[in-house]
Amino acid sequence: MTDTDGWFADATRDDEEGLAAAVREGSAADPRAWPREAVEAGFAADEDEYYDALHAATTAATRRTVAELERADDRQLVHAVRAMDDCRRTANELAERLAEWAGTVDTEAASGVEYARDLAASDRLDGEPGAEPITSLAERVVDLADEADDLREYVERQTPAVAPNLAALAGPVLAARLISLAGGLESLAKKPSGTVQVLGAEDALFAHLRGHASSPKHGIIYTHDAVRGTRAEDRGSASRALAGKLSIAARVDHYSGDLRPELEAELGERIEAIQARAEAEGDDGDTEAGTETRGESDD
Amino acid sequence: MTDDNPEPPAGVEYRDIAGERRLATRGESVYGEPTDGEWRAWNPDRSKLGAMLESGMDTGLEGGETVLYLGAASGTTVSHVADFAGPTYAVEFAPRPTRDLLSVVDSRPRLFPLLKDARKPETYAHVVEADVDVIVQDVATRGQARVALENRRFLAAGGRLLLAIKARSEDVTRDPDAVFEDVLAELEVEREGEREGEREGEREGGYEVLETARLDEYHVDHLGVVARPR
Repeated sequence: MTDTDGWFADATRDDEEGLAAAVREGSAADPRAWPREAVEAGFAADEDEYYDALHAATTAATRRTVAELERADDRQLVHAVRAMDDCRRTANELAERLAEWAGTVDTEAASGVEYARDLAASDRLDGEPGAEPITSLAERVVDLADEADDLREYVERQTPAVAPNLAALAGPVLAARLISLAGGLESLAKKPSGTVQVLGAEDALFAHLRGHASSPKHGIIYTHDAVRGTRAEDRGSASRALAGKLSIAARVDHYSGDLRPELEAELGERIEAIQARAEAEGDDGDTEAGTETRGESDD
Repeated sequence: MTDDNPEPPAGVEYRDIAGERRLATRGESVYGEPTDGEWRAWNPDRSKLGAMLESGMDTGLEGGETVLYLGAASGTTVSHVADFAGPTYAVEFAPRPTRDLLSVVDSRPRLFPLLKDARKPETYAHVVEADVDVIVQDVATRGQARVALENRRFLAAGGRLLLAIKARSEDVTRDPDAVFEDVLAELEVEREGEREGEREGEREGGYEVLETARLDEYHVDHLGVVARPR
């Protein structure tokens, strides 16, 4: 299709696929009197027939684009964030294995991914007998860690498109993890906020339900500043408030897609009020000491 | 609604529905709105155009117009528009609401859904016809004046722009009145020629604002605007 043709120019009336594709992919700098031109070109007998064809083509085109976009986005995000976590965890595990092994030949051996980077970049084991597989393993660790970083960037880019409000409130990575734990944006949107509060703390929750333990205060939302930055005795309140707003955000994202900046302000106010309790009691706060870890299974 | 409101367009009537006098159109029910026979109530709390009509703004709508609707969302308002207007092109950018829009479209053969970005008219100018009578715009994006100016190419010389400006989409922190003032100024292109490098035709003309009204009774921090191309 050239820049000056209407959507009907390159296909015949019975070519539904071609017409829908033209609606999806075509373009023109300026509109023209398309109904009249289509009739003059013999595409349709009259304008009524033209509009019938237009209705069929625009509906088919839009239905297909919606299906492609909708089916893909949150599913892609779920895979990406899970792959990111797998890469990170595997890199860390292999880095520990590497440290054990490399310690037998490398006098500067340390631990962690940083050591793997250091070893992979240096040539100090070159020529050392038996060092070749160790350096090779270090390179694999670095590759995996880099892959995890790339996936994190991807998640940070994608989440705001899939769930703008949730991403704004939770940060893109936590938002993606919540979607992943729930199994998709729609299922997250349908969960009560009490469930969202303990997503990721299933072990502790089931222990509680079996009667061996008190109920978990928070699941993965523990990683949010609103919870972590609140003293231990108020974290239950903070988690409840946060989970409430995150649930609303997920519902808005799933059901309407509007951006509601006021949610962020409301959450901020609520958390501020909860954190102010510590000051009101003349307590200087013990947000670091006595950390409540029950129910926190983010590892 | 006041008694000196302009006549609603043909196909739109005030009717007694569920004990209340309500604006209504004839068509298949869309969002659980109350109905009376084939008439269904048009809820101004859920529709900016409905609120503009209820507020007594002179939209110039008569019924049967060709309409370009920007920001159709899930089709609440556009379904009423398609009930009284002629061919209606419904542009919406977000896939999720568009899914709902598709079910509205099924029972309305002269409603054409387009999953396109209203900021990029060239992506649908090969489908939407020239010289539409009315552009209805309700897009929750920054740069609402720019969207109206970009889409001016579709509007007939004597046509109308019916615009709902959402202050929070431009800037959540600023005073809505200040936001409205800026958007209206940009619509009227008083700063024409000041900006360098604008594409030819993009800024020329602009709109003449005929009427404005705050829609706060129905929609907080929204301004209804009726304008015509210069």
